[in-house]
Amino acid sequence: MGQITLQGVQKSFGPVHIIKGADLDIADGSFVVFVGPSGCGKTTLLRLIAGLEDVSGGKILIDGKNVVDTPPAKRGLSMVFQSYALYPHMSVRGNIGFGLKMVGLPKDEINRKVEAAAATLNLTPYLDRKPRELSGGQRQRVAIGRAIVREPKAFLFDEPLSNLDAALRVQMRIEVTRLQKQLGTTAIYVTHDQVEAMTMADKIVVLNGGKIEQYGSPLELYERPANLFVAGFIGSPKMNFVTGELALQRGAATIGVRPEHLKIERDGGGGWQGTISVAEHLGSDTFLYVDAGPLGMLTARYIGELSLHAGDRVSLVPDPQRIHRFDSGGNALRG
Amino acid sequence: MATRQTQFLARSLLTPAVGLLFIWMIVPLALTIYFSTLHYSLLDPGSEEFIGLENFRYFLTDPAFLASLRNTLVLVGSVLALTILLGIPLALLLDQPVVGRNFVRLMVIAPFFVMPTVSALVWKNLLMHPVSGLFAWLAKLVGLTPVDWFNDVPLFSVILIVAWQWLPFATLILLTALQSLDEEQKEAAEMDGASAVSTFIYITLPHLARPITVVILIETIFLLTVFAEIFVTTGGGPGLQTTNIAFLIYAQALIQFDVGSASAGGLVAVVIANIVAFFLVRIVGRNLEA
Repeated sequence: MGQITLQGVQKSFGPVHIIKGADLDIADGSFVVFVGPSGCGKTTLLRLIAGLEDVSGGKILIDGKNVVDTPPAKRGLSMVFQSYALYPHMSVRGNIGFGLKMVGLPKDEINRKVEAAAATLNLTPYLDRKPRELSGGQRQRVAIGRAIVREPKAFLFDEPLSNLDAALRVQMRIEVTRLQKQLGTTAIYVTHDQVEAMTMADKIVVLNGGKIEQYGSPLELYERPANLFVAGFIGSPKMNFVTGELALQRGAATIGVRPEHLKIERDGGGGWQGTISVAEHLGSDTFLYVDAGPLGMLTARYIGELSLHAGDRVSLVPDPQRIHRFDSGGNALRG
Repeated sequence: MATRQTQFLARSLLTPAVGLLFIWMIVPLALTIYFSTLHYSLLDPGSEEFIGLENFRYFLTDPAFLASLRNTLVLVGSVLALTILLGIPLALLLDQPVVGRNFVRLMVIAPFFVMPTVSALVWKNLLMHPVSGLFAWLAKLVGLTPVDWFNDVPLFSVILIVAWQWLPFATLILLTALQSLDEEQKEAAEMDGASAVSTFIYITLPHLARPITVVILIETIFLLTVFAEIFVTTGGGPGLQTTNIAFLIYAQALIQFDVGSASAGGLVAVVIANIVAFFLVRIVGRNLEA
C-alpha cells in the first residue's frame, strides 16, 4: 500500500514561504509527477514527503498515518536523487544492498534480493563494479535498483533523468514508467520538463510559487487548464494568448488557443492576419511564428509539411471549440 | 603538449627550474657523501684524511643510534596516531553548523602558525613546569603531586607538544575533505536507514581514506626531522630518552664537533627516511590511486 495524503503542508525557510499550504491525495499505485518552473517548490515538497526536511505546518499521511515526526527511513519510502548519490567506494552490489544491510537482513537474503533487482534492471554483469566504472545510464539504473530493492510504499524521484543525454532520457523515461507499472508501487516524480510530465504521469501536479495550480490527468490539464499559468506551462509549443477587443467579444479578459488548434490558410481567408517571421520545417510538423500585428506573435502548428516561408502572408483561424477563456484574475471561464 | 614544437618549448622552459633544483639538491648531497668518508673533526683542524666507511661503522655501532632510531619511530607513530584519532572527531565537530563556526575554526588552526621553538617554550615554562606550570597547579588543586614532565615522561611530553602542533594540520585537511562529501550521499544513507554511526563507518570514513593518507605521508616527512621541540625542552635527555636521529646528528656535529660522523649519520637518516617512505607508500599509497 502506498497512499499519500498532504493536508495543508507548509514549509518556510526563515521568512521565505516555499510551500504555501499544499493539499493533495495520491492514490495507491499511481504515478504522480510534480512539475513547475525552477524555484516553484517541487523538490522541497518531495523532500518534505521523504522526511529530509521538516514541515512548518500541516500533515503528511502515508496510508492514513501522520508521518511528520517519523524519520525518513521509517516512512517506508525510497528516493532516487538527481546526482544518483551512489556510494563511490561500494560495488553495485554494495550500493543496492546497503539499505537491506542497515535493516539487518541476513547476508544470503540480501544477495538474493540484490540479484533479483539487478536482473530486473539488466545490471547483473555489473554487480561487482564500482560506480565510477559505469556509464551514466547504468548509474541511473543502480540508483533505481537501490530504490526498488527495499520494496517501499512509494518511490520518490528527484529529477532523475536530467543528467542524461536526450536519447537516453527518452529510453529511461519508458523504462521507469514500465518498471513502475510492473511493480505497481506508488511513485512521485519531480521534473521541470513538461514533456516528461505528460508522458509518464497518471496525474500531474502543476506547482508555481509554492502553490498547487492544478492537479489532474495529463489530458485534463491539456484540455481544461484551470488558469493561465497551467495553460501556458502545459503543451509545447506554448499556447497563444490574445487580450483586448477579441477577448472581450468572447466575454473574457484573455483568450488562449493552442498552436495546433489554429488552422493555417493562405492570405485572404477569415481569421487572424499576419506575416510569417520564422518557419520551422521538421518534416513531421511545421511550426510557424507569425507576426499578427496588434495581436502580437502567434505560433501555429501544422501536422506534416507545409510549404510556407518567412515573409508569406497567412491567416490563422482558431478552432471555436478549442478556445480557452480566462477572466482578469487568470482563472479559466467555463461554459 | 601534443606537437613536437610544444614539447620542445615545454622542455626548454622547464630546464632552468629543474636544473636549479637539481644543483640545489646534488651539491649538499655530494658534499655530505664526501665528508662522510673523511676523518673530519673541528677540534682537530688540518687532520682531514680519507678513512673509508669508518664513520658509518662508528655511527651505526654507537648505542645512541639504536636508541634514537627507536625514539624517532615512537615519536612519529604516536604523533600520527594522536593527530588522526583526535583530528577526525574534531573535524566532525567543526563541520557542524554552530554559531561562530568560523571563529572556532580559526582558533583551532592557530597552533599550526606558532613556531616550534615558541610553542615548545610555552609548553615547557607555562604548562609543564613542575613548580610554576599550569598542569602542576591543576594537580595541586585536586591534591595530587605535580608531574615533573620532562624528567618523568620526557618522550611522552615531547610527543604531546608535537601532536598539539600537528593536530590543526590534520584537522584542517580532514575538515575540507568532510566538506566535499556530497550532501545527497548522506541523505541517501539516511533514506536507507543508516544510523549516525553507520553513516560514519560506511560513508564518511571511506570518503576520508584519501585525506588520511595525505596527512600520514606529509606528517611523516616532517616528523622524522623534529628538532626544535627537543632542543628547547629536553636537549635530548635525560640520557638519550628523547634523542631522535635528527638530534643525534646535531649532537655529533655541533656538540662533539665531528663533521665526518655527523655526515655519515645524515646519510643514514636519508636511507631510513626512504625505507619509511617505501613502506608507507606500500601500505597507504594505493588510497591515492583514483
